Amino acid sequence: MSILQVKDLGVRFATLDGQVQAVNGVSFDLARGQTLGIVGESGSGKSQSVLAMMGLLAKNGQASGEALYQGKNLLTMTPRELNRIRGDRVSMIFQDPMTSLNPYLTVERQMTEVLQLHKGMSRKEAKKRAIELLEAVRIPDAARRIDMYPHEFSGGMRQRVMIAMALLCEPEVLIADEPTTALDVTVQAQILALLKDLQRDFGTAIIMITHDLGVVAGLCDRVMVMYGGRVMEQGPADSIFYQPSHPYTIGLLGALPRLDHDGDELMSIPGNPPNMANMPKGCPFSERCGHASERCASELPALIPGGHRADVLRACHKPAEQLIPTMHKEVARA
Amino acid sequence: MPESIAKQPILSVRDVKVHFQVKGGDKAWPWTPKKVLKAVDGVSFDLYAGETLGVVGESGCGKSTLSRAILNLIPATGGEIVWMGKDLRKGSERDWHAVRRDIQMIFQDPLASLNPRMTIAQIIGEPLRVHRPELSGDEVLKRVKAMMAKVGLREQMINRYPHEFSGGQCQRIGIARALILEPKLIICDEPVSALDVSIQAQIINLLKELQREMGLALIFIAHDLAVVKHISDRILVMYLGREMELAGKQALYAKPSHPYTRALLSAIPIPDPALERAKQIQLLGGDLPSPLNPPSGCVFRTRCPLAEARCASEVPTLRRLDAATQSACLLA
Repeated sequence: MSILQVKDLGVRFATLDGQVQAVNGVSFDLARGQTLGIVGESGSGKSQSVLAMMGLLAKNGQASGEALYQGKNLLTMTPRELNRIRGDRVSMIFQDPMTSLNPYLTVERQMTEVLQLHKGMSRKEAKKRAIELLEAVRIPDAARRIDMYPHEFSGGMRQRVMIAMALLCEPEVLIADEPTTALDVTVQAQILALLKDLQRDFGTAIIMITHDLGVVAGLCDRVMVMYGGRVMEQGPADSIFYQPSHPYTIGLLGALPRLDHDGDELMSIPGNPPNMANMPKGCPFSERCGHASERCASELPALIPGGHRADVLRACHKPAEQLIPTMHKEVARA
Repeated sequence: MPESIAKQPILSVRDVKVHFQVKGGDKAWPWTPKKVLKAVDGVSFDLYAGETLGVVGESGCGKSTLSRAILNLIPATGGEIVWMGKDLRKGSERDWHAVRRDIQMIFQDPLASLNPRMTIAQIIGEPLRVHRPELSGDEVLKRVKAMMAKVGLREQMINRYPHEFSGGQCQRIGIARALILEPKLIICDEPVSALDVSIQAQIINLLKELQREMGLALIFIAHDLAVVKHISDRILVMYLGREMELAGKQALYAKPSHPYTRALLSAIPIPDPALERAKQIQLLGGDLPSPLNPPSGCVFRTRCPLAEARCASEVPTLRRLDAATQSACLLA
C-alpha cells in the first residue's frame, strides 16, 4: 500500500537564458516503512524533485505532473493546504543543519512551534514531547540542552536536532536531502544508525537523497539513479548494486573508491556533467557514455522495464544483456 | 613502498607543533588570560622521494594546519621541518621562498583557490614569473601550454577565466599551476572532496599518472580513508592534533592497530548492500572534545572503547609495532 505516489514529475525553471528543464519524468511509489534512495551527482535534479513535492521550489520554478499523498496532489495544493501536511505528515531534513535552523530561536522554541501548530498542544506539553524526541535521537542531557541556541551544538548534534524536529509529529514520510554530507564519517555512521532505528520504531517511510552509494547500500530498499534531470535506472537495491544495467550506474559504481576492493586504478567517467541549459537532444549521458551510438545522441531512450529483470526500469537503447557481463569484468579488474 | 626509494628522506618533520593563542573563553574580559589551542601537537614523520603519504582525520584534527605549517603559510611554533637536510624553521623568509619552488600545494575548493580576474594562462604561468623571472614570455607560454595538455585541458581554453570551468576542470588548473615549477613534493589538501564521484576518480587517476611520470612525492590530505587507499603508500591517522597511527597501506587496512583507525574504517559505508548490512559498525560515543581543553593522557580515550585507567595519565607517542606500523596506542 503506497502512501506517496509520484507520477511523471517535472520541474522547469524560467531563467535569463530561457527555460531550463531541471527534472523530467520522475515516477515512483513509496510504501509504508520503505526507504527509497535517490542517487545522482550535483545538478542531476535529485533535490529539486523533492523540493517540488514539498512546495519549496524557488520563485522561478514550476512543477508539473502529480505527487499524490492519500490521493491528493501535493503539487496543486494551496500553501495553506500544504502547511497542514508538511511538517506533520511529510517532513524533511536538509543537508546543512546550521543554515536550516533559525539562529535567533532556541531549539525549544523551534520544536514546540511545530507541535503547537500541528497538534494544538500547549507550550508545556509540547516541550515535554520535544525533550522526549531529543532523547530518542540520543542527545545527552536533553532537558537542559533544549534551551540552547543552534550555534551551541556541534554539527552532528545539530543534525540530530533537525531529525528530532522532523519526527515530532511522527510523519509517514521523511525526506532526507543529503543529511550526512556535511558530517564526518564517524558522525555519519552515528546518524545513519539512528535513522535506521527510528525507522524501525516509528515505521516511517524515508526518501534518502545522496551522492554516496555506500549510504544507499546500507539503508535503502529501492534506488533511483538520476543524471541530467532524468531517471537512468530504478529498481531494488540488490539489482542496482549487483546487476547494474545502465552505463551510468556502472560508471558510478566503478568510480567509487572502495575499501573492500584491492587494486589501484579507479574507473573514471570521462568528460564533465552536462549543462542543464543546453542538454543533448538524446540521452543526457550520451556524451560521456562509452557505449553510445548515433541513435543515443538523437533519440531519447524511454524508461522501460529492463530485459534482465521486470522490476528494474532503465532508460538505455542498449539491451541490458549486453552491458551486464562487461560490468562483472570491470569490477573484477577494479 | 617501492624498492627504488632512496633511504634518505626528502622531508623530515620532527615534533612539529602549531599552537594558537585564542580568547580565554566565551565571556572573556580583555584581561582574561589567553588560552592555547593546540591545533597540531607534536607530529613527526619522514617522507621519501616519489612516495605518497596520506594524512587522514576528521574535521578539526589539524591535518590542514599541518600541511600549511610545512610551507610556513601558518608558522609552526615548535619542532623541526627538515627539507633536504636543512631545517627550514631556522631559515629566513628568503629560504622559504626558495623551498616553495620545490614544494607546491593544491587546495580543496578548486574555484576559490583561483583568482577570478586572471585568465588560465596567467594563473598557470604565475609561479614561473615569480620563481623563474629569467624566462621569456614566449617560453612561459610554451610551458603553460605543455602543462595544460598534460593535465587534460584543451589549448583553446587558455584565455578563459576560472568561472567558465566546471569544478573538475578548475582542479585540473590548480594541478597544472602546482606542477609547472616541476616541484619535488606536492601537498594536496583535500583535492577531491568538493568534487562529484565520477570527477573525483578522474582527478585521482590524473594525480597518480603525473606522479609516475614526474617522480613526485605527494602528501595527500583527506577525511576519507577509502580515497586515500587508492593513492597512498603510507598513511598517517590524526586525531585532535596528535598522531594516532602511521602505517603502510596494506598493514593499515588489513590490521589497523589503533582503536581510532578501526572506528574510522568501520564507519565508511561500503557500496554493497549485503556487506554493508552485515557489517559490525563500531560507533564512537559522544562528540569530538574541544581542542582548547583536550583530555589528559591519550586524547582519544574519552571515546575509546578500550580505554583503561592508565590512558588518562600516560601520554602515548608513536611507537614501532612492526616493520610497517607505528601506533600511539598504549594497549596496541
